[in-house]
Amino acid sequence: MGNLDNQYIIRRLQEDLQFDVHVIGESFGLLSLGTSKERIIDLLKFLKEDDTLGFSYLTDITAVHYPGLALPFCIVYHLHNLVENVRIRVKVFIGGEVPSIPTATVLWHGANWMERETYDFFGIDFQGHPDLRRILNMDDLEVFPMRKEYPLEDPNRVDKKDFYFGR
Amino acid sequence: MTKPITKITPNTAAFFDNDPQDELITLNLGPTHPATHGVFQNVLQIDGERIVSGVSTIGYIHRAFEKIAEHRPFYQITPLTDRLNYCSAPINNMGWHMTVEKLLKIEIPKRVQYMRVIVMELARIADHIICNGILGVDTGAFSGFLYLMQEREFIYEIFEEICGARLTTNIGRIGGFERDFNEIAFAKIHEFLKRFPPVLEEFENLFVRNRIFIERTSGVAAVTPEDALSYSWSGPILRATGVDYDVRAVSPYCSYEEFDFEVPVGTTGDVYDRFMVRNAEMWQSLRIIQQALDKIASEPAGVFHADVPEFYLPPKEQVYTNMEALIYHFKIVMGEWETPKDEVYHSVEGANGELGFYMIHDGGRSPYRLHFRRPSFINYQMFAPMSSGMLISDAIINMSSLNVIAGELDA
Repeated sequence: MGNLDNQYIIRRLQEDLQFDVHVIGESFGLLSLGTSKERIIDLLKFLKEDDTLGFSYLTDITAVHYPGLALPFCIVYHLHNLVENVRIRVKVFIGGEVPSIPTATVLWHGANWMERETYDFFGIDFQGHPDLRRILNMDDLEVFPMRKEYPLEDPNRVDKKDFYFGR
Repeated sequence: MTKPITKITPNTAAFFDNDPQDELITLNLGPTHPATHGVFQNVLQIDGERIVSGVSTIGYIHRAFEKIAEHRPFYQITPLTDRLNYCSAPINNMGWHMTVEKLLKIEIPKRVQYMRVIVMELARIADHIICNGILGVDTGAFSGFLYLMQEREFIYEIFEEICGARLTTNIGRIGGFERDFNEIAFAKIHEFLKRFPPVLEEFENLFVRNRIFIERTSGVAAVTPEDALSYSWSGPILRATGVDYDVRAVSPYCSYEEFDFEVPVGTTGDVYDRFMVRNAEMWQSLRIIQQALDKIASEPAGVFHADVPEFYLPPKEQVYTNMEALIYHFKIVMGEWETPKDEVYHSVEGANGELGFYMIHDGGRSPYRLHFRRPSFINYQMFAPMSSGMLISDAIINMSSLNVIAGELDA
């Protein structure tokens, strides 16, 4: 235990320039890395299968919507090395009319429903996914409800708006 | 006037040409099938009693918690977490409180941590009681379920004594508990530690060496550790395959590192092993509760929350008489607190596996994004693929042993 620290992970990944990795942050000791959507599957495969890294357990896949950015969707992967008990977070920012990213189901079976959920709520097209359908919402829903442009409540309701609290 | 009787000659040739045994039957198992113990559907193609393929449909009780959470201050999100795994709501509540406390860097006093451990382990026992009891019911043994159900009722009485609610508890607050455990609560926890072991032993006697139970469950739906990890399984069903991953042990929270307990693991990953792992975990939970009670006895009495007035609601009588208390009360209720812009992932060992909270916070009144890593959702996706080739009756007990809770499945 203990050989696998964040500095080592960064060094190991930046040895190989093809992964195009940059460090986003280390909040609460959990290393966040960023990469591009062209490199993501190669990077995940390397993280999973490399002997010294061994992030073989996929904890979670989800997405975040930042409407102000040029690439407004952030896909977040949480991986876990169960042997050394080290976690890592990988982020990919994507954009476009129909934001798309290659699927991680080629690496983990468990990615299947996580990606379906992300598609269902954010409209991310996971290319190569075997069964990309809505999972929690009804099939004929026309929007992707977790996007920020869809308000939760009556949009005329102002009593919870931030500007009423001086923000 | 009577009709003439026409004699029917069956066309036997046509009957044997379209041999119904060659046809597959589509069976809708659910959404409200009594054997699924929750609202979700499986459309199965069956050949006689054997499942050829299946498709899972979920989302029947989807309530958009992640969207709602983006519009609620932190303490209003706790009741949402109640409704994820409603069989062990306190674990969800505590997981959420700890996520926020991690973000706000609040130090929790030891006594409060031990109190939380007690509540979480009681909830774990309550959840495993349901799962193992129901597994008994699904294999045809109803009585064990009824013995255990009395004890679950008693756990709910303890929760009621602590927080006033039974099922959707909303127990605890950010920074600690809303009030101290009272005398009756402690007395009931001690009583539970005395009265539960004989009941659990009796339950074991009914099942563990029961030949019918073993033949129904042993070797059914066996899962290799490789498959389980590839499907991101966690919790008792992963440990039943032999992988000793328990969040309490590998990433201790709430001072779990101070407790002496074992992580039971299985060998084959079949339904019987899952039953045995859950059963052993109940014994371990009892040990943990006993240790927590001992530790509480040596801590200063009366401490039930951290000293963080900017995040913890002051007592009502002070709000009316004390200016600071009034200010803090107003700020907390209106969500006017200073919070860092940060992102945090925190996970606890829920009754079904790793329950994770991934929060991105922009310093506003509510989380910018909150994602629940729900173990039932992730564990359940293997059900349809692993059912093909299985008998329907085996698939039912397999589903039972996965302990799919519809609230956690759909969020």
